[in-house]
Amino acid sequence: MDFSYSDEQRMLADTLERLVADASGDAATSPALWRTFAELGLLQLPFAEELGGLGGDGIDVMIVMQALGSGLVRAPYLAGLLLPGVILARLADSAQRERWLTPLLAGEHRLAMAWQEAASRYDAHSIGARARRQADGWVLDGTKQGVLAAEAADALVVTAKLDDDSLGAFLVPSDSRGLARRDYATIDDWIASDVQLDSVVLPIDAHLGGDASEALDAALALGRAALCAEAVGAMQVACDQTLAYLKERRQFGAPLASFQVLQHRMVDMHLNLEQARSMAILAAASLERPASERDYRISAAKAYCGEAARFVAEQAIQLHGAMGMTEECQVSRYARHLVMFDHHLGDVDHHLECVSERLTAA
Amino acid sequence: MNLDFTCEEQAFRQEVREFLAAELPADIRERVRLGRRLSADDHVRWQNVLSRRGWLASGWPREHGGPGWGPIERHIFDEECAAAHAPTVVPFGVSMVAPVIMKFGSETQQRHYLPRILSNQDWWCQGYSEPGAGSDLASLRTRAVRDGEHYIVSGQKTWTTLGQHANMMFCLVRTDPEAKKQAGISFLLIDMQSPGISVRPIVTLDGAHEVNEVFLDEVRVPVVNRIGEEGQGWTCAKFLLTHERTGIAGLGHAKQALRHLKSLAGRIQHRDRPLLELPSFRQRVVKAELELMALEVTHLRVLAAARDGGAPGAESSLLKVRGSELRQELSELSRRALGPLALPFFPDFLYGDEALEPERGEFAAIGAQYLNRRKLSIYGGSNEIQKSIVAKTLLGM
Repeated sequence: MDFSYSDEQRMLADTLERLVADASGDAATSPALWRTFAELGLLQLPFAEELGGLGGDGIDVMIVMQALGSGLVRAPYLAGLLLPGVILARLADSAQRERWLTPLLAGEHRLAMAWQEAASRYDAHSIGARARRQADGWVLDGTKQGVLAAEAADALVVTAKLDDDSLGAFLVPSDSRGLARRDYATIDDWIASDVQLDSVVLPIDAHLGGDASEALDAALALGRAALCAEAVGAMQVACDQTLAYLKERRQFGAPLASFQVLQHRMVDMHLNLEQARSMAILAAASLERPASERDYRISAAKAYCGEAARFVAEQAIQLHGAMGMTEECQVSRYARHLVMFDHHLGDVDHHLECVSERLTAA
Repeated sequence: MNLDFTCEEQAFRQEVREFLAAELPADIRERVRLGRRLSADDHVRWQNVLSRRGWLASGWPREHGGPGWGPIERHIFDEECAAAHAPTVVPFGVSMVAPVIMKFGSETQQRHYLPRILSNQDWWCQGYSEPGAGSDLASLRTRAVRDGEHYIVSGQKTWTTLGQHANMMFCLVRTDPEAKKQAGISFLLIDMQSPGISVRPIVTLDGAHEVNEVFLDEVRVPVVNRIGEEGQGWTCAKFLLTHERTGIAGLGHAKQALRHLKSLAGRIQHRDRPLLELPSFRQRVVKAELELMALEVTHLRVLAAARDGGAPGAESSLLKVRGSELRQELSELSRRALGPLALPFFPDFLYGDEALEPERGEFAAIGAQYLNRRKLSIYGGSNEIQKSIVAKTLLGM
């Protein structure tokens, strides 16, 4: 048992800390930042060496995401790299890998992952998009919702049901005829897109491998673990900022930090942070487990972190008083992101149900 | 980073498990399983078994006759003991006064008291709280006045757990009424047979006699029974309290309670289906499961830090708060699971030797246990005190 970082992981954390400190405002979403990611090897980090990656594990991803969360950096490491990357890594044949994965890891082209649909809510397997096989290729129809990183993507990884009702994954170039995108801002500062696929015609090799279910589950598992880490990074800053504010702000002739009712509230935030951190570690360390155990633990972590993130966000606003209500106050931005964390890749209710379905007597 | 136990640790767990299976007397195991109170003899019988194996003083270093385990081994041991329905070792001697004697006691004191603790010759109790000194422990008023080679001690201690069985008490007394609150306190070891001591039971809301009042009326205590210097008692007291909080998360007990709850709710029928399938109930079980998962990793993080040389600090307060809340929630869910069966109360079965039909005995303790578990957020420094400690020491508020 060992909860410490390796030397390489410490270096990674230091590098990211500097990177996040430099990446603020527009720089945080610029193509330049993505190039920096590529130069630092961050895009290769989570993928196996034989795929051109660096063979990093869940803890490495946790370190990256925690740092991005602490600066609320809106670089689509999750939506634009981890999700489509895992699908490709698991399903692509060597030619598809060469064409799509290698340049993704080099930062030469951008991808996004279109799996969510309005009617399917958080269930990635019950979707309405269909792919029909034709003599010389495929035809895709459907509507994807809330796709992150699509606005900068050269192609989308799209999930669709095949004729036999199995799940398929397809690479769809963003400029395909019949593909229409409507972009909008989200409350947590992403650009999301609804994507309409209207008889989009694709070549045979747009289809990745066979059934995509297991690959999709693996991608979502990594994504959820990554989100937990991101939330912990943001929770840490929200707690730090709130504590600093309580020490500095004076009322009734004394610092707010001297009032016991506020001290205990602050401790409750801290408790939630540390418990959520434990769950994020558990999630990151469970990625290599058999799928059912992996998904059980990761659902548990996602549900737990969702609750903790909301608690920390609401308390951060409350303890900042009216200042916490302003856009100007930094902590309000953290609060917005922490609340909306729950709306990505399954919320508390969704994941509590997943745990509940797998609850064992032992 | 690696959350797995090493091969050695897993082998150790197996060794503990086999030991418990072979050596834990069946009658004691059954009493613990059913939540019945143990007699003093039951406790001593079990602790003698542990003592023979060299595992009684699980936190002691080898030089004093302990097994020399690290925090991880101790955690594994505690967890296996809880899972096997082994009694909790009465902590006042082995885990509370012994570390103080090792840290602050003279060599003579160490040579006298430590072997007696290891061989279960002495049963210790704790003379800390007073009617007017609970969370504000340092305001204690029990006086010790020097008279030659003795102190004359007068005052009242309370909430003295299992004091009815004790022959020795470690006691905080005020030796200097003029000094400021913490500075005038000394740490004395008092023979419970001394003239002037009387013990009166306090029956708690679960009908049990677990705690006592101890009255001290001009009790003569030899000065050589003082640990450390006069006026150094508060340092000893604080040192002891950190030890008291270590392991106070009760992770092994929480795990066992959750297993028991799931088994109960899987057997008990609600509208012809297992109660565990009732969505509102199941949801609370799921949340308890999540809290336990988080608590376990947090606990292991703290243990790993302690193993690598860190002293248990304010983090143990965090564990105490969440651990006690979780165990209380589990006791609440078990009580609810029983439905109307939570109402029957059989004190002579729970606290005595009266027999009961097995199907009643199986559930008999749960209602009373719920009430008993309210103590978890009060003792060892109430949860509110723990939060104030965290605010002060960890957050610098």
